[in-house]
Amino acid sequence: MSETIAAISTALLPAGLGVIRISGDSAVQTAQKIWRGRKKLTELAPNTAAVGEAVFLDTPIDECVALVFCAPHSYTGEDVVEISCHGGVYLVCRVLEAAISAGARIAQPGEFTKRAFLNGKLDLTRAEAVMDLIGAQGEAAARAALSQHEGALFKTIEKLKQQLVEISADITAWVDFPDEGVPSLEPETLKSNLEEVLSALDNLSKNFSRGRIIKEGVETAIVGRPNVGKSTLMNALAGYEKSIVTDVPGTTRDVVEDSVNFAGFVLRLWDTAGLRETKDAVESIGVARAREKLDAAQLVLAVFDGSRELNEDDNKIIENIKNRNAIAVINKCDLPLKIDREYIERKTKHVVYLSADKGEGIGALEEIIRELTDIAGFDPGAALVANGRQLECVRRAIDGARDALEAVNFGMTLDAVSVGVNDAVTAFCELTGERASDEVINRVFSKFCIGK
Amino acid sequence: MEYYAGAYDIAVIGAGHAGIEASLSAARLGCSVAVFTINLDAVGNMPCNPSIGGTGKGHLVREIDALGGEMGKAADKTFIQSRMLNLGKGPAVHSLRIQSDRRAYHQLMKHTLESQSGLDLRQGEIVEIRAKDGRVSQVVTRLGAVFDVKAIVIATGTYLSGRIHIGEVNYEGGPDGMFAAKSLSESLRALGLDLMRFKTGTPSRVNKNSIDFSQLEGQPGDGRIIPFSFETEDPGVNRAVCHIAYTNAETHRIIKENLHRSPLYGGRIEGIGPRYCPSIEDKVVRFADKERHQFFIEPMGIDTDEMYLQGLSSSLPEEVQLKFLHTIKGFENLKVMRTAYAIEYDCINPLELEPTLETKKIAGLYGAGQFNGSSGYEEAAAQGLVAGINAALKIKGQQPMILDRAGSYIGTLIDDLVTKGTKEPYRMMTSRSEYRLVLRQDNADERLTPTGYKIGLITGKRYERFLEKERLIKEEKSRVERTSIAPSQVLCDLLVLKGTAPIKTGVKMSELLKRPQISYEDLAPFDGQRIPLPYAVTEQVEISIKYEGYIKREKAQINEMRRLETRALPKDIDYKDIRGLRIEAREKLNKIRPINIGQASRISGVNPADIAVLIIYLEQNK
Repeated sequence: MSETIAAISTALLPAGLGVIRISGDSAVQTAQKIWRGRKKLTELAPNTAAVGEAVFLDTPIDECVALVFCAPHSYTGEDVVEISCHGGVYLVCRVLEAAISAGARIAQPGEFTKRAFLNGKLDLTRAEAVMDLIGAQGEAAARAALSQHEGALFKTIEKLKQQLVEISADITAWVDFPDEGVPSLEPETLKSNLEEVLSALDNLSKNFSRGRIIKEGVETAIVGRPNVGKSTLMNALAGYEKSIVTDVPGTTRDVVEDSVNFAGFVLRLWDTAGLRETKDAVESIGVARAREKLDAAQLVLAVFDGSRELNEDDNKIIENIKNRNAIAVINKCDLPLKIDREYIERKTKHVVYLSADKGEGIGALEEIIRELTDIAGFDPGAALVANGRQLECVRRAIDGARDALEAVNFGMTLDAVSVGVNDAVTAFCELTGERASDEVINRVFSKFCIGK
Repeated sequence: MEYYAGAYDIAVIGAGHAGIEASLSAARLGCSVAVFTINLDAVGNMPCNPSIGGTGKGHLVREIDALGGEMGKAADKTFIQSRMLNLGKGPAVHSLRIQSDRRAYHQLMKHTLESQSGLDLRQGEIVEIRAKDGRVSQVVTRLGAVFDVKAIVIATGTYLSGRIHIGEVNYEGGPDGMFAAKSLSESLRALGLDLMRFKTGTPSRVNKNSIDFSQLEGQPGDGRIIPFSFETEDPGVNRAVCHIAYTNAETHRIIKENLHRSPLYGGRIEGIGPRYCPSIEDKVVRFADKERHQFFIEPMGIDTDEMYLQGLSSSLPEEVQLKFLHTIKGFENLKVMRTAYAIEYDCINPLELEPTLETKKIAGLYGAGQFNGSSGYEEAAAQGLVAGINAALKIKGQQPMILDRAGSYIGTLIDDLVTKGTKEPYRMMTSRSEYRLVLRQDNADERLTPTGYKIGLITGKRYERFLEKERLIKEEKSRVERTSIAPSQVLCDLLVLKGTAPIKTGVKMSELLKRPQISYEDLAPFDGQRIPLPYAVTEQVEISIKYEGYIKREKAQINEMRRLETRALPKDIDYKDIRGLRIEAREKLNKIRPINIGQASRISGVNPADIAVLIIYLEQNK
């Protein structure tokens, strides 16, 4: 019985293709949980490929190709699924994250190779080369850990670990030193302590997304009917000409992507084809993709021409963005306004008036984007969970703390509560490379006056 | 003036709690054993508190008993008060603790050794251990008697180069006024063993008649007495009461004013003392904001008025001790019989030991108890048992007995010692185990009796009884899981009364039992087919159902861990030659020489990447 593990097996660099490899007894079942396609992966013949979508919590991530290999005919000699998605750090990480939430564990450095070796898939020379590599990775990991010592992540983790250790130490002292005047541990106290830690842990795991926003950028779709100035806006934000800007409606026929450094973070902009009904075959493909992008985006900039009245297409867009993280951008404000301001302000939460062409009002847009992406409340010095391994530790800690809280609420005895608490402490100590039981015992002796 | 005095399979040095278990188990396994003690009147002595058991330690005693050791039986026969600690905190941490009649315990153990066939009990100090070609060959007594031996168990306790400290006064000496063992340390160093210096301490013994008990709170024993040994049929009765007393501001003032006279604070003690056994001066200094410290007055036995002051150990000068004692309520006219002292002693760095407790450097040389860096009678006895069994198995040419962390506290204790080492005398606590819901004191027999039987320390009769108990547990558990209870007004009233939800449809009895508020007993009136079963059986049924989810979770972790334990590391590996290992890992692995991947993974300084390298190395050298 081998645990199912997952990792990104291509370099984490902007590239055409990224591959996530899942290996283990339930690799195929795990992959199926994040897969949407015509054919189920579990029904696929060995060594064949399928086209479909990787999904995370039912939200599509990307169009992907999945390759299914059955034991022993795979790299590791176990059942393996390789999911190839479009390259770039962001999408690849999302797919990995999805695989983990579906039950896979993050692979340790060299674990695929280790399994390959154990299953007789690698010869001795290759194995030795791999050992050198693992050794080097160990050093690299140690260096990385060291640099984190200075960082905010380390401080936050350290503080949370202390809180968890404290809870565990309270339980330990209370059970291991009866008759010694250790204050009794009330379920209410335990409960509130656990709740406090849990909310901090949740924050840490949320910061993973925020951190990603900082690192990977916000997926932003620019939508609007043709010729309202979407491309001009994009160019204004990007600072140079990228989209073809003409006065002829429908010149942007596909999705133009660009990353711009805006307001101190990265906006990954998709300048989409104008959303309108069209008979032009090529343009209609562009429109379809624009709609997809609109659905997937984290932030929507809906552009309207302020010098014209709202039409049917505009109203459709307004309906479309009703419950979205969206900003209505009223462009061409250098011209006389004909748009129904009262109507659009009533229908959409955030409205900005600007002139992309003249570069006026961009500052106001910046403000609102900050607010909407939660970046406003984001302290760049605050802790980010840096990588998948760390995120997994945090998740395990959350699971443990949650189980402990459940046990308290259910009225279980402390020994049962401590099972979850210990899992949480262990997961956290793994983050910092310490030994859980030593940490707890040290805390017990420094906090309580015990011993005969 | 040496003379040849004879030959034994095994010499056990010391007849304390470790020496007793080592010599009895080895003799019972058919070896000829000589036990040497500096003083025959100190066999099985309790030089510190007159009690056995407690948190973690009680678990050890039950495990010793489950394997066929002696401590639990002797404790059952000589106890004067019994308490199950931590009731209400969950079965994993229930811990049995008894007050013992110290002299009765000594008498019983001495007589047990005397009457054991194959075992010779000798008063004598071993001054030298001789080895030939890397294995032990002889022991030499102070009087020049030379014995040929195949194996030796060192169980020297605090006697090894012992030094007593009381204030400015210090002198060579063992516990309770005994002689120290002086020359053996030198002999061990000459054999190349790495010795450390540890320290421990003990409080005053005082005369009962000088205490005003009317001012103190009593602490009686339990109503229902549960014995240590799975063999004990008559649980016995409580015969003594302990008392609780407190220090006060005046006590603390006197201690603080005289701190400079403490050998520890004055720098005269170099040994490292245990944190869990702090002296009263430590407590006053480290927890300066505490207004008072609680301690216990425990009888040393039935036929004596000597009382032990648990929690007041000290190495301050005698006059200061007297002064601070007299400030305590109820102690105004206190008469001290033995003065508190600290004791320094030599012990081995346990990283020198295999998990069998044999030294890595000298074949046939085993260590147990305080000599291995632990503290406590129970820890000592547990190691003595393991060392004695392994010494005997080795002589008989059989596979050693290595207990793992997942199966026992004994295994956890030894693994901690030989894998992580220790910087202070090591004490067992339930928090040392990752698997405490599985390693309960109530199921020690289930975990270890099959092993004890296989080795030969558990009789066929006892094993039969054990199997019968297991059968009853299994049957009753499956009955409880099968049987449904119909909703009735009486039942719903009871459920509500106990603070849990009433039921609307029939439910399995096990479902109700999973609720923390409902006990097996509670359901008796609604369980028509119930047959009377011993408490030991129904207790197992109840715990295994109530904690099923948690136990399952720990068992899953255990399986994962045991997978690594099955991957043995060859003895002759030179870790320096393994490519990919980090330098720190190479050094640690070469020093500790773990027996399997699991043990390697617990060494501090060996990280997961190193373990991956080791696994690959193992596979390629298959």
